[in-house]
Amino acid sequence: QFSTGGSNRPAIWLDAGIHSREWVTQASAIWIAKKIASDYGTDPSITSLLNKMDIFLLTVSNPDGYVFTHTTNRMWRKTRSRNQGSLCVGVDPNRNWDAGFGGPGASSNPCSDSYRGPRANSEVEVQSVVNFIKNHGNIQAFLTLHSYSQLLMYPYGYKCTEPADYVELDALGKAAATSIRSLYGTTFTVGSICTTIYQASGGSIDWSYDNGIKYSFAFELRDTGRYGFLLPASQIIPAAEETWLGLKKIMEHVRDNSF
Amino acid sequence: IDGVGTKYHLELVLEDIPDKDRTVNCTAEVLYHLGNKTTAPDVQFTIEGELKNADKADDVFYNRIKSLEKELVAENIPDSHGNVPPEMEPIRLLAWAASGYVIWQNSTENTKFQLAQIKHVKQVKRSDEYLEFDYTILLHEMVSQEIIPWQMTVLWHPRHGVQVTQDSQQPKH
Repeated sequence: QFSTGGSNRPAIWLDAGIHSREWVTQASAIWIAKKIASDYGTDPSITSLLNKMDIFLLTVSNPDGYVFTHTTNRMWRKTRSRNQGSLCVGVDPNRNWDAGFGGPGASSNPCSDSYRGPRANSEVEVQSVVNFIKNHGNIQAFLTLHSYSQLLMYPYGYKCTEPADYVELDALGKAAATSIRSLYGTTFTVGSICTTIYQASGGSIDWSYDNGIKYSFAFELRDTGRYGFLLPASQIIPAAEETWLGLKKIMEHVRDNSF
Repeated sequence: IDGVGTKYHLELVLEDIPDKDRTVNCTAEVLYHLGNKTTAPDVQFTIEGELKNADKADDVFYNRIKSLEKELVAENIPDSHGNVPPEMEPIRLLAWAASGYVIWQNSTENTKFQLAQIKHVKQVKRSDEYLEFDYTILLHEMVSQEIIPWQMTVLWHPRHGVQVTQDSQQPKH
């Protein structure tokens, strides 16, 4: 939690590493943590933001999976929970949220990398975040980091209809993508999950949006497939730097429009 | 196209990976056949201009491998951290070309494959002029998010290009 005081201030939620093999996200989150802390008092925008709002940053949303990618299988995506009646392990934590759960875009097969789980919020990694956000009650933005593909997406994934705030979210997304591109020329494609990537049910930003958090965005960071999940370490800081510009653009808009 | 399938007309730009400023325009037509999931899509393409001549680098690699006493063996290219030893770069480029064939043969309108990693590669010594490599690769399928192991036997010669003589999907471990 990044806070300059107050009590239950409006807050921004940012998470990384919900899919454990997406290593650039956990690494970027660490860089972002340092950036937030060091920018307070030096960068006017972040200073004014933190004077009004808190930031909650979850750097490793799927710790069990992350360990597994280090010890056993670099390409592991899911949680490491046991599935009753199956030899296969794990649930896709980004198909496990209570948003269109059970619909198309997730698998009912425990052996699948997009297995939704036996029921919504079955995974402790998901339930914990749901509880936190609900109990806090004043989260104004829900931002989540994934890799790869270089995309900046807003709801919905579970259905291919536009969210009510489509115009504002699309404009904000495009502004954020422009900021990202300004640093190293990296292009991010902007759109809803369903039209940009694929239909996917039980996703986190669909849940947050349907629960009243208007500014819900999912980022897919570098690259577009040349290294994919195996992004070289030399690209971590550039990825974090450019992503930060996009996140900052969104957070500034939240700061200026929320209250 | 009624009764036949779906045809896409594409205009794309090819980028030379080792020589990033170099691009070549390309047009292509891809026809996905109706219903038949076991037939690869038809692909026609035109490259506007010329692809870079890589003869020198090809010959250096060819001679290096031909003169190895022990067969080349390697695994995890790139490694977990994205590292590729420089001498493995041609092995990786060869895998890319060969996996392109495998991906083409197994693509439908609802798949998007990328080569995720070379898990294992072993050279198979031949008495003729060709180089042969037995690869186990991991393909990442975007829509399902699955990682699919695939075995492929690849033949290569600087003047005769790449050939995949055998390939088969492997079980997820």
